[in-house]
Amino acid sequence: MNSLVLQTASRFLLPLLLLLSVVILLRGHNTPGGGFVGGLLAASAFALQAMAFDVESARRMLRVNLLAMVGLGLTLALVSGFFSLSAGGPLLKGLWFEVPVLGFDDPIKIGTPVLFDIGVYLTVLGVVLTMIFTLQEVVE
Amino acid sequence: MNALVVSPIAIPLLTAFLCMMAWRSVALQRALSIAGALALFACSVLLFVRVLDVGVLAADIGGWRAPFGITMVADTLSALMVLLNGVVAVAIVFYSIGAIGPRREKHAYHTLVHCLLASVSGSFLSGDIFNIYVWFEVMLMSSFVLLTLGGERGQLEGALKYVTLNLLSSSLFLSAVGLLYGLVGSLNLADIAIKLGSAGDEARPVIAAIAVLFMASFGIKAAIFPFFFWLPASYHTPAPVISALFGGILTKVGVYAMMRVYTLIFAPVFPAAGEILLWIAAFTMVTGVLGAAAQYEIRRILSFHIVSQIGYMIMGLAIALLVLERMDGAPIEDRPAMLATAAMALGGVAFFILHNILAKTNLFFVAGVVHRLRGTGELKELGGLYKERPYLSLMFMVSAMALAGIPILTGFWGKLILVVAGVRAGEYWIVGVSLGVGVLTLFSMTKIWAEAFWKARPEEAEGTEPKPDDTRGTGWMNAVVAGFVVLIIGVSVLAGPIYRVTERAGHELIERAPYIRAVLDEEYLRSLPGGIGERWIEPRAETAAAGEGR
Repeated sequence: MNSLVLQTASRFLLPLLLLLSVVILLRGHNTPGGGFVGGLLAASAFALQAMAFDVESARRMLRVNLLAMVGLGLTLALVSGFFSLSAGGPLLKGLWFEVPVLGFDDPIKIGTPVLFDIGVYLTVLGVVLTMIFTLQEVVE
Repeated sequence: MNALVVSPIAIPLLTAFLCMMAWRSVALQRALSIAGALALFACSVLLFVRVLDVGVLAADIGGWRAPFGITMVADTLSALMVLLNGVVAVAIVFYSIGAIGPRREKHAYHTLVHCLLASVSGSFLSGDIFNIYVWFEVMLMSSFVLLTLGGERGQLEGALKYVTLNLLSSSLFLSAVGLLYGLVGSLNLADIAIKLGSAGDEARPVIAAIAVLFMASFGIKAAIFPFFFWLPASYHTPAPVISALFGGILTKVGVYAMMRVYTLIFAPVFPAAGEILLWIAAFTMVTGVLGAAAQYEIRRILSFHIVSQIGYMIMGLAIALLVLERMDGAPIEDRPAMLATAAMALGGVAFFILHNILAKTNLFFVAGVVHRLRGTGELKELGGLYKERPYLSLMFMVSAMALAGIPILTGFWGKLILVVAGVRAGEYWIVGVSLGVGVLTLFSMTKIWAEAFWKARPEEAEGTEPKPDDTRGTGWMNAVVAGFVVLIIGVSVLAGPIYRVTERAGHELIERAPYIRAVLDEEYLRSLPGGIGERWIEPRAETAAAGEGR
């Protein structure tokens, strides 16, 4: 597709969508959102790039092979379950740590479910983009 | 302990994911794959030893207490099955070095194999009926892709039949799970067993419907009569190493699932199961072996034999269920002997599965080597292998004779246990059928021997074999075949001690109390309405329960 409007808009929308996807990912623990929705949003950002320009440019922007990204996501999700296992607990039980961060009065709570969600995020991003890119390449 | 129970699932999954990340390098994937399989084997050995040592182990995933979360349970039977899965895993990865070729390896072969191994371990270890469904789906997806890997015409045709029938099986399974959940409100196997056991008579028709749905669904997976058509239609089409993996371990998952749900859940509430399964077993044995007699391609013959061997396993299960059902009306003093017979039948099934995984996988491995040397598996184009490869021929002979049940080899012991249990249960006709099928199995095996190994090579086949370049790597394949022959002989020699372990697995399946107690804690058992959990609590209640419930 060769549309100036879409190409200009996607330049602005891409970073916004990616930022939003990360926000959705992080707020997902207690509120609506999470890795799956975040991953879908991020995928839509790259899909927009692929449609406004071409698949090749979107792939370049990603830098990572999609299959490797899916593998990484699945590994992260699985490894997040190993933390409590190494502490003698059951597989996939959430562990939470309090991490003091500069600029915040209270320490931030970070837990293994966040890692799991990041894994889901990457997996969904990789799988959805594989599908979209494959279809798009047939069209091109 | 928690880690040990889930490790046979987590290790192959991790290996599969790492192989995905290493998509660029086939060599790295291969190394990861071998390391993963060895780790899986090591963990499955540790788990098996531990279960033999301390009894049934259970792990609640995510720390959610049973029956609300998903529980993984390892009793003697499932630990044994996981161990066999580990053995096959190691054999497959080493055999693949020579057998699979970079073209298939590039298309995520190693990832798929390890996903399959994880799903098989998952099905063996899961203590949650819906979770078993999920593992079955993972298994179906990875096996479907493995089946079509390479994209030859025959493969796609076989895969279509495979996936259609297996999807049907999945939908039956899901409906059965739904009905069961509607009836008892639980998915945890141990919890279902308790609640279904105390259901009133008005629930019996629904229970029968659910039990038959499970029978059909697991029956399709296990390839029993009349659902077996997909198996001989598809198992000979993919790369030989994939045939070996499927033929060795996949159908046994269906048999295992059937053993699990019928002994744990349905034995006391669906008394007709034994009779039905006995007939199915007879038909499965006979049709499988007759189908094999009509075939002239090595892997097709072996595929039909998978079906007939599944019949033996179902026969053992059916005998056990029949004996358990008769125990209700039997005089008290006969009951210990009947319990022993039932345990013997189930132990016989476990032993037979062990034997079959070794012998059948190895026959497929040999078929792979033959395919590699000659470029075909058609009996009429083969010949002269005995002259050319005497050791390979000898190794085929040992595995084939083991499968046919020639004395002192594993198949003989497996059949002997089942036959003795059948005679003790008074089911003489099925014993007769199984012995007749044994003779026909011998016929098929000698057919392969005579045609592929013994007879002179047909003249028109001269020069059609692959060039020496293409037969590189057969060293690894031969080594794996030799390793399995050593295993088969080892199991044959140690049949006594091994049978004692499988018989213990049978006792555990019948008693049910160790399983239930390992999964559900005392507090939950006490909290069940109407005191239905009480009889499972006290260790002393075990003998009383065995006498009164059965």
